[in-house]
Amino acid sequence: MERSGRDYALWTIAIALVVILALIPVLWLISISLKPPEALTDQKFIPSDISFDNYKSLFEGGIDDSPFIKPLINSIGIALITTAISIVLASFCAYAIARLEFPGKRVILAGALAIAMFPPISTVGPLFDMWRTLGLYDTWLGLIIPYLTFSLPLAIYVLVAFFREIPWELEQAAQVDGATPFQAFTKVIVPLAAPGVFTAAILVFIFCWNDFLFAISLTSSDASRTVPAALAFFTGESSFTAPTGSIAAAAVVVTVPIIVFVLVFQRRIVAGLTAGAVKG
Amino acid sequence: MTAGAPANSAPTEAAPKASSRTRSERKLAWMLCAPAVVAMLLVTAYPIAYAVVLSLQDVDLRFPDEGGFTGLSNYSAVLTSDLWWTDIFNTVFIMVISVAIELVLGMAIAMVMHRAIFGRGVVRTSVLIPYGIITVVAAFAWQFAFSPETGFVNNLPLISDEMDWFGGRFSSFAVIIMAEVWKTTPFMALLLLAGLVTIDSQLYEAARVDGATAWQRFTRITLPLMKPAILVALLFRTLDAFRVFDTIFIMTRGALDTESVSILGYNQLISRLNLGLGSAVSVLIFLCVFLIAFIFVRGFGAKVEEGRPGG
Repeated sequence: MERSGRDYALWTIAIALVVILALIPVLWLISISLKPPEALTDQKFIPSDISFDNYKSLFEGGIDDSPFIKPLINSIGIALITTAISIVLASFCAYAIARLEFPGKRVILAGALAIAMFPPISTVGPLFDMWRTLGLYDTWLGLIIPYLTFSLPLAIYVLVAFFREIPWELEQAAQVDGATPFQAFTKVIVPLAAPGVFTAAILVFIFCWNDFLFAISLTSSDASRTVPAALAFFTGESSFTAPTGSIAAAAVVVTVPIIVFVLVFQRRIVAGLTAGAVKG
Repeated sequence: MTAGAPANSAPTEAAPKASSRTRSERKLAWMLCAPAVVAMLLVTAYPIAYAVVLSLQDVDLRFPDEGGFTGLSNYSAVLTSDLWWTDIFNTVFIMVISVAIELVLGMAIAMVMHRAIFGRGVVRTSVLIPYGIITVVAAFAWQFAFSPETGFVNNLPLISDEMDWFGGRFSSFAVIIMAEVWKTTPFMALLLLAGLVTIDSQLYEAARVDGATAWQRFTRITLPLMKPAILVALLFRTLDAFRVFDTIFIMTRGALDTESVSILGYNQLISRLNLGLGSAVSVLIFLCVFLIAFIFVRGFGAKVEEGRPGG
């Protein structure tokens, strides 16, 4: 089939449109974050003057007085710990589901899917009540536990899809060649499973990083408030200045590294996102 | 992980009499699954059951001395209030419009990614940007963009400089829906793309030879063959959209009748500390989600086991 110049023009427009639409909010946040306060209301997409004051104010006062450093540490720590726990528990479970035959595995998969689908608001009330009694309110653990509701099913689903693709015969082949069962597992299976595990870990981390409802409901201070919740409660330098600039700067700081990360690992993420979506 | 796990090629049909090998395989499988299954039950089934218990009681943390079993009075209070039905309308309105737009846009983007002569990588890369952004951050970005004070949107041609987007109910919905669509269309597009690539390209060649137009090829081949993928994508996105919370909380906090049911639940539980009433709202939301899933699976025949969570 011949490709005409018109085809190229149409595709170029379509592709350019997608790229521009995807980038606009990010560029816009960067733009606001760089505008000095007096230019904030100039309604221009591209700032005419550039100032880094918004970024400086985020980190001013060090760990104790900065409105941003502690939430950032909380976000990273809570997301990393949740990811580690979910990946370990889900790996065991997904290994059994992908490789072993046992009654109840369909029930586990269906149950995981159902849990992933249900609304987080349904557990917020009971958790709020229990956490206040148990002393878990406003703690890291108090967020890590509810995050397991979405991170475990997600990790199990992605890992099962990946583990089903692993040629498990290789493990036996290695043993025939004289490897011990332990060697066969660590030298053959682990390297084959690692990309899937890594993909699942990225997706789970992004989910934890994104949570807002649990974060605003179950925390009350910088002790455990994560970045999305902290952003919602940001205040300006004084009560008369709107915190728009600081919010934009904080948003850029938490967004750009994730975007870079997502782009570097895009193939894996696409594979993980669509894993198991279509059989065949 | 246990080294040297037993069966290599697992038997697909259970033997009538379980041999000692299949029995030990089952035992191992259950042991491996137990921690994850117990954890999932503890963090979900228990709180849900507790929510049901709370919803049958008069629990208001501002008045800790009162209380006790009240039967279904919390439910009747919720179901007879105008606020609940307004919020149901808002949630369903936002859900239906945003999922419909996402389906059309997602399909278009999936086709671009599938068929583009060049630039597939660029499209896939940019499509992942919204996915990686925190919903709250995206909501702020769009709020600042549409705000009459700081935003650039009112400077665009065809849009009045005076337009106060967050000053009215349906103009707020427009911005909320656009932020939701921007954030979640990539997921829809990727799920649809996964379905699109499974279609045999020879079918299109054959149809072309028979003289089918591009539109006929789309409606007679692509759509019917993609029905399972479309249904699964719609189910996941619909359930996800029904939970809409972050974007509304950031943009309007539910002012001017823009509340969703999740915001209502949050307000009752966390802002007003009325655990009884709030739990009734939570349980009702849970039932709504269940109903939507039921309609998709039974009504439209969505094959859920082929799907996956996340989005």
